[in-house]
Amino acid sequence: MNLSVTVNGTQQSADVEGRTLLVDFIRTRLGLTGTHVGCDTSSCGACTVLLDGRPVKSCTMLAAQAAGRQVTTVEGLADGATLHPVQEAFHTEHGLQCGFCTPGMMMVAAALLERNANPSEEEIRWAISGNICRCTGYMNIVKAIRRAAEQTVEVHSEPVPASGSTAGVS
Amino acid sequence: MFPAAFDYIAPASLDEVLRILKEGGDEAKVLAGGQSLVPLLKLRFATPSLVVDIGHVEGLEGIGRDDGTLRIGSRTRHADVERATDLRGRLDLLLDAAPLISDPLVRNMGTVGGSLCHADPAGDWGAVMLALDAELVARSAEGSRRIPIAQFFDGPFTTTLHPDELVTEVAVPLPGIRAGGTYLKLERKVGDFATVGVAVHAELDGDGNFSRAGIGLCAVGATSLKATAAEQALIGREPSDEAIAEAARLAAAASEPRGDQRGSADYKRDVVRVFVQRGLHTAVDRARRAAA
Repeated sequence: MNLSVTVNGTQQSADVEGRTLLVDFIRTRLGLTGTHVGCDTSSCGACTVLLDGRPVKSCTMLAAQAAGRQVTTVEGLADGATLHPVQEAFHTEHGLQCGFCTPGMMMVAAALLERNANPSEEEIRWAISGNICRCTGYMNIVKAIRRAAEQTVEVHSEPVPASGSTAGVS
Repeated sequence: MFPAAFDYIAPASLDEVLRILKEGGDEAKVLAGGQSLVPLLKLRFATPSLVVDIGHVEGLEGIGRDDGTLRIGSRTRHADVERATDLRGRLDLLLDAAPLISDPLVRNMGTVGGSLCHADPAGDWGAVMLALDAELVARSAEGSRRIPIAQFFDGPFTTTLHPDELVTEVAVPLPGIRAGGTYLKLERKVGDFATVGVAVHAELDGDGNFSRAGIGLCAVGATSLKATAAEQALIGREPSDEAIAEAARLAAAASEPRGDQRGSADYKRDVVRVFVQRGLHTAVDRARRAAA
């Protein structure tokens, strides 16, 4: 079948089999390998992408299900050389160790902040509850998402010094 | 992992879906959100020759009200029920259950109708709809019929839906003003199947006695179960601790759990008792508050 889908703002058209999974289309056909295959059983969230702005597991949907819709992968977060606030914050707070879950975590975080600019810690933990990290114990991931929220709000009001990081031992 | 090959079709209209289902029979499998079907395809537990994606059919999504009925389009996502906060105080059970289904990512794709038709004995919506006495609207090329949810589940992953039928809507009777409910789920972690799930809905009459009680159980039987004896024992009774405790015992007795890595049968049965008891107290409190 012919699949037409918008990925990171670019219209893509390809001939795919009906059984092609979205994650395989993204990684193999488009070469966007930032989206990871972790468990491959809908448990870990490493393959999270945004479908029309909502985070979903790309290992658990057919590429065909994305036809005519907007897909955003981790490669679509940054604006050219300018990192997305979530990417900046994961860097600053060291919200990762091995980095395998990080693309999925950041996609969920970006979608959360679109809907809720100032989420509480509980809301953040709730939002990432479908994404597994086996390294960090989640502490710095939560901190990073909080920081991204604060930075986003601050950027919209006034700039502040980038000191006062609470990043701890991880 | 990837699925075995199949033909894929995504019709733009309901009529075309129904025509394809009529021709395809058992060989055609309907795809809604795919959160149960795609894992089954990948594991090759399901190997249909034709997958019919209903994602492009208009009119299957959304929550509306008319004639004393809440109409949930079959392709409505779990996340959309979660966000239907105007149901608070009227159908608390739906709002309490939705956020406990799987995880946030699955809830963005998975659908109410798809989950019900998958008929997993541990599926949360099965228990919820049994407690609410919902009806499913099933369409085929021949016409349409309404299936009371109590007649829908036929066995594990098996329903009384015909191969040429599509569920288009879940119809939930809107309760009166003195109504409350809740959903209690024991799970080892977010995204796991329920160890035990209990759905409770209660309505009170003008004297504050039970005029209606709905109790649905999941993960404790070959299908989701309706605890009918417990429900009937409450009708007309004052919501006393004793009446509620008795209903909880009857519900536990009606459950048929099997021991597994999530707990022994005795343990699960006792969780049913405790959850029904807690759930009824919450439902009654909410019904009283709604009426106040």
